[in-house]
Amino acid sequence: MKPAPFKYVVAASLEHALSLKAEHGDDAKFLAGGQSLMPAMNFRLAQPAILIDINEIGDLAGIRRSPAATRIGPVTRYRALQRDAAFVRDFALIGEALPHIAHPQIRNRGTIGGNLSHADPASELPAIAVALGARLHLRTARQERWIEAPDFFVGALTTALQPDEMLVGIELLLPKPRTGCCFLEIARRRGDFAIVGVAAMMTLGERDECTDIRLAFCGVGETPIDASSAADVLVGDAPTEASIRDVASSVQGMIDPGGSVHATADYQRHIAGVLTERALRTAHQRVRDGR
Amino acid sequence: MDGDFHDIALSVNGKQYQRRVESRLLLSDFIRHDLALAGTHVGCEHGVCGACTVLFDGQPVRSCLMLAVQAQNHEISTVEGLTGKDGEYHPLQQAMHDHHGLQCGYCTPGILMTMTAFLDENAAPTEDDVREALSGNLCRCTGYQNIVDAVMTAATRMRGR
Amino acid sequence: MSTRTFGEPIKRNEDRRLLTGQALFIDDVELPGMLHVAFLRSQVAHAKIISIDVSSALRRPGVIAAYVAGDLGDYWQPGPLLVPPPPIAGIVFHQRTQVPLAKDKVRHVGEPLVIVIAESRYIAEDALDDIDVELQPLPVVVDLEKGLAAGSALVHDDVGSNVSAHVRQTKGNYAPAAARADHIIKRRFLYEHGISSPIETRGVVAQWDRRANQMTIWDTTQAPVFVRNGLAGMLGLNERQVRVIAPFVGGGFGPKIMMFYPEEVLLPWVSMKLNRPIKWIEDRLEHFFATTHERGQIHDAEIALTKDGRILGIKDVFLHDGGAYDPYGLTVPINSQCTLLGPYVVPNYDSTFTQVFTNLPIVTPYRGAGRQHGVFVMERLLDFAARELNIDPAEIRRKNLIPPEAFPYKNEIIYQDFQPLEYDSGNYEPVLDMALEAIGYKAFKDEQVAARLQGRHIGIGLACYVEGTGIGPYEGAKVQVQSNGKVSVATGIGTQGQGHFTVFAQIAADQLGVAVTDVDVVTGDTDQFYWGAGTFASRGAVVAGNAVNEASKVVRKKALKLASDLFECAEEDLVIEDGKVAIVGVPGKFVKLGDLARQANPMRGAVEPGTEPGLESTQYFGPKMGATANGVHATIIEMDPRTFELKILKYVVVHDCGTVINPMILAGQIHGGVAQGIGNAFYEKLVFDDQGQLLNASLADYLLPTALEVPRMELGHTVTASPLNPMGIKGAGEAGAIPAGPLFAQAIEDALDLKGRGVELLEIPLSPSRLFELTRHAQR
Repeated sequence: MKPAPFKYVVAASLEHALSLKAEHGDDAKFLAGGQSLMPAMNFRLAQPAILIDINEIGDLAGIRRSPAATRIGPVTRYRALQRDAAFVRDFALIGEALPHIAHPQIRNRGTIGGNLSHADPASELPAIAVALGARLHLRTARQERWIEAPDFFVGALTTALQPDEMLVGIELLLPKPRTGCCFLEIARRRGDFAIVGVAAMMTLGERDECTDIRLAFCGVGETPIDASSAADVLVGDAPTEASIRDVASSVQGMIDPGGSVHATADYQRHIAGVLTERALRTAHQRVRDGR
Repeated sequence: MDGDFHDIALSVNGKQYQRRVESRLLLSDFIRHDLALAGTHVGCEHGVCGACTVLFDGQPVRSCLMLAVQAQNHEISTVEGLTGKDGEYHPLQQAMHDHHGLQCGYCTPGILMTMTAFLDENAAPTEDDVREALSGNLCRCTGYQNIVDAVMTAATRMRGR
Repeated sequence: MSTRTFGEPIKRNEDRRLLTGQALFIDDVELPGMLHVAFLRSQVAHAKIISIDVSSALRRPGVIAAYVAGDLGDYWQPGPLLVPPPPIAGIVFHQRTQVPLAKDKVRHVGEPLVIVIAESRYIAEDALDDIDVELQPLPVVVDLEKGLAAGSALVHDDVGSNVSAHVRQTKGNYAPAAARADHIIKRRFLYEHGISSPIETRGVVAQWDRRANQMTIWDTTQAPVFVRNGLAGMLGLNERQVRVIAPFVGGGFGPKIMMFYPEEVLLPWVSMKLNRPIKWIEDRLEHFFATTHERGQIHDAEIALTKDGRILGIKDVFLHDGGAYDPYGLTVPINSQCTLLGPYVVPNYDSTFTQVFTNLPIVTPYRGAGRQHGVFVMERLLDFAARELNIDPAEIRRKNLIPPEAFPYKNEIIYQDFQPLEYDSGNYEPVLDMALEAIGYKAFKDEQVAARLQGRHIGIGLACYVEGTGIGPYEGAKVQVQSNGKVSVATGIGTQGQGHFTVFAQIAADQLGVAVTDVDVVTGDTDQFYWGAGTFASRGAVVAGNAVNEASKVVRKKALKLASDLFECAEEDLVIEDGKVAIVGVPGKFVKLGDLARQANPMRGAVEPGTEPGLESTQYFGPKMGATANGVHATIIEMDPRTFELKILKYVVVHDCGTVINPMILAGQIHGGVAQGIGNAFYEKLVFDDQGQLLNASLADYLLPTALEVPRMELGHTVTASPLNPMGIKGAGEAGAIPAGPLFAQAIEDALDLKGRGVELLEIPLSPSRLFELTRHAQR
C-alpha cells in the first residue's frame, strides 16, 4: 500500500510552516511523528497534496517549566516524555498512560502534538488532556489563540483546528497538592487503542475529604468524555466504597459508547463503570500513600 | 503530475549514500530496493508488525512509516550492519541461533534491530521486560518463547563481556 | 544406521543467511527491466460486472498495460480442481473454481477485476484510481443457513442452490445406539477459524526469456512442482521449459499451498505477452481478501453415552462455509468430520455436512485444516457429558480412549487422503497422564479454592486430540556426494521455516557419516528436483524425510560397495564416519567420500552396465496412508470476573509424533502452533458485515497474539513409532494449533463457574466483550 503522490517541504521554521499552511489550507498536512498520518497515507485514506515536515523545527520540541505552567512542544516525542523523570512524576496520568500507547518503535517517533491533532476517539492523551485541564496554544501565520482541551476535540478525528492553524503548545498546570491520579485502560492487547480508558484525579482536603475530582474517558464517545460531574457527589466527604460505586453507575448512565469490532457498546458501558471504580479507588489510595 | 524528487544524503550502517528519490518513497522501499539492503522486510505497511524496524539515529522505528526524504542527514542502521567485519555475530544473533529463535526468519531482522537497541539500554532485563519490549514485533512462527530466551541469554553474555 | 544426530537438538543450517538478512525472499528478486503489478479488486461482495474502462489508466505515464478478463482470450479459464471429492457413496459436489480475472460477475470482496502493469508499484496503485468500473450489486450471501434457504441469492446461478457439496459418512449405526443410551447430550456449536496471516504475504515474479524459451517463476508457494505442472499446461509450454522456485518463504501455514491463485496464473502470461520480468507482491490489505481463509462451521451435534460415561455414538450435522469457490474440494470439512472422532472409541458415528457457497473469500486449509472444528465439538460434548453425569473431565476422556492394543485402529470413514481412516499406532493414556501431572491436575481444585478466597478466578482446561499426518501421495529426494566431500540433498517440497535445511541434513548426515553442516539442502526448486506434491498436512518431515533417508541409504550402500572393491574387503569390515570410509580397526586405511565420488565418475574407462556414475541416488517414498499423531493440551488461566480479561498462567503440551528427528525444531513447531491456537481461541476474529465487507482488514484490528499474549509453554513427549515408515516418524506441524478452542472454553467456564451459573460456551473465538454478553443474564 503506497501513498499517493504529494509535494514534500521541510519547514525551516515555525513561520515557514505556518505560511505554507496558510497558503494551502486543508490541501496541506503537517508531518510530525507520522505514526498516525503515514498509515492513513499508505492506505490512501489521506491524500494531502502537500506534506510539511516540521520535525526539524527545534523550538517545537521539548518541555519548558515555569512557575506558571509546564509547556510541552507539539513535536515532543512520547519517548522524550517517558524519559523525563520529573515530568512523569509531576503528570502521573501521562506517565501511567504512556506504556499503553502503541509500542516502543512508535513512541520513538510519535509526538504528543500529532496525537492530539489526530483526535482518535480511542486515544489516551486527549482524555488525559481533558482531565488535566490542558490549554492548547494554536497559531496561524498571523494570529494565535488559546483553547481549552474539551473545546479542542470536536468529533471523531476532528479538532477545532482551522485549515491554516497548527497546535504549537500544550500547557499543563501542576495538579494541586494532595492529588492522586490513576490512568486505567482496557485494550485487547497492550498497546492497542483503548476499548475504554479512564483518567481519574482525586484531591483531598485537610480532613481527607474529597475537594476535587476529575474524570475523563477515551473510547466511549466521538471525543474524550469529561465525566467529572458524575463524581460531584463525592465532593465534601471522604470517599467510600458505596459512594465510589454510585459514581460508577452515574458514569454508565452518562455515556453513550458506540461499540466497535472489538466490543459491544454495552461491554464498553460496563467497563467504564468497572474502571471508574478501580481508578477512583487507586487514586484515593495514592493520595493517602503520598504518591 | 510529475513526481516530486529530492536529493538526499544519508548514512546507512556507517556508509554514506547520496540518492535522488521521489518524496513519497517509503524508507522501507528505499532501503530494500534503492540501496539493495534487502534484509529489512516489509510485513504490513501500516506500522503494526514491526518487520521493517530499523534504527534511526540509534532508535528503533518503523521504516514503513517514514519517507526516504526524512532520512536526509540522519543515520540508519539495518540488520546488515549487525555482524562484525569478519562476519562475527552480534551476541543476540548468536543467541537466536543457539535458542532456535527463528523459523521462517521473516520477522527476524526487525526483532534483531528492536532488541539489540533494547539490550544496549537494558543490561539486566527481566522476562517481563523482554516480552514488553518485544510486543511491537509480530512473529507468526515461533510463539516468541525461544526469542525471549535468546534475548535473556544475550543479555547475560553481554554483561559478562 | 548411526544415530549421531537423529533425535538431537542440532542447530539450524539455514540460520546464518536469515540472521544476517541475506536470505532471498520473493520481494528480494530484482531483475533488469522488471515491471510491477497492482490489481483492481472488487469493493463489493456480489455484483454483475456492467463495464470496465481502463483507458484513463493506460494514459498515465509509467503504466505499461492493463488487462481485463476479455483480454486473456483462451487463457481465461476457471482453475483446476486441486482435490477431487473423495470416493464416498452419495456424495454431492458442484465444482466451481476461481478465475484469473472476474468476468460477468464478482463473487467476493477482493476478487480481481483488472491487472495493471507499471514501472513501479506506486504508479500501478495510482492507476487503479483511473479505472472506471460499473458494477450492479446483487444480494450478498454471508449467512450459511440463510444461504441454503429457498429464495436466497445464488453465488453460482447455474448450480441452482448454494450447495457446494453434501457428504454423509457413517460408521456402525447411530440410531439404535442412541435408543439404548442412558444419556444423550445435544448442542449447537459455532467454530470459526481465522486467516493464516504470515508475516510475509504472497508474491510472484515471472520472467519469460523469449530467446532461451524458458519461463522462470519465483512464487511463495508450498507446492512448486504442482504449480510448475499446471502453469506449463496453461501456458502451452513443456514442463521442462518452466522452472518454479519457492525461495525462502516467510511462513506458509496452508494458504500458500492453494494453487493457481489468479496472480499466479496471470503473472507468467503477462511476462510472455510483454517479454519483460513482472513482479507482484501482495500487500497486507490485499492479503485479507486475496489469500484464502479458514472460517466457520455450525454443528448440530449429539453424543449418546452410558451412565458411566462411555460413548455409544455421535451424530453430527454441520454446515461449512466454503467461500465463493471450491478448488480445494472437501479437504477442510472432511478433516473436521474425521478428526472429531479423536483418540476415542466411537463405535457408531453418523456425520453429515453441507459445504455452502458464500460471497466471501475461498476457504482452504490453514494449520489444522478443519481439525479444530471437529475437536471442539467432541471435546465440548465430553465436557457437558462429564458435568451431567458427574464424572471428572479427565476421567471421562480416559475411559473412552482407544486402548494401546487396539492399533491399527479402524475408524472406517474416508479421510482426506481418500483412504479409510485408520490410526496406525498410538498409546494415549500415558500422554493424558503426563499432561495431568505436568499441569498439576490433582492439586488444582484446592489451588482454585485458595485463589477464590483472594478474589482471583482461576480455571483449568484439558483437551485431547489426534492429528492425521504424513499422508501421500509421495515425495522424492536426490542425495549426492560431491567431489569435495559435501553432500547435496534436493527434494521437491518447499520450506517456510520448519527447518528442512537442517532436518533433512541430519537424516543424510547420519546415513553418510558426514557433519550436518556439510549437507546442503535444496528445496522448492523444480529444476533441482522434478517430482513431488508439496508441504502441507504435516507431511514434510515424514514423507520427504523418508525419501531423503531412502536415497541416503542407497548412496551409503554405493559408497560401501565402491570402497569394498577399492580395499578388496567385505562391506561389513567398513565403517563410514567423519566423511571417510575406513576399514574397521585400521584407521590408516581410508578413502574420503569425496574421492570415492570422484572415482565413481570416471574421466576415462567406463561405467559398468547396470550402474550409474557418481555417488548419488534418487528415491521416492509414498506411505500407503497417513500416520496418526496425538496430544493433550492443558492450561490454567486466570480471568478477571468483571472485565473478562484473560491471563494464561500455565500451558502444557504433551505430544506423540513418533520418533523425533530434531527436538528443538519440533518444540518450535509446537510453540508456534499454540500461539496460533491462542489467537484463534481469544483474539483473531474475521468480522464480516451482512454485505460481505470485512470490517477489520488490518493488523491493527485483526489481532495476532504478541509476546505479551503467548505464555511460556511446557512440553512433554511420548514416542509411539509409526509402523508406516522406516524412521517411525509422524508429522507435527499442526499439533499446537488444534485443541486451543475447547481448551479455553473449558478453562474459562471453570474459572467463572459458568456451568454452575447456567452458561455454556458453545463458540470460538471468544473475547472479553463476548463473554460479557454471554454471561450478563446468567444466574448469579
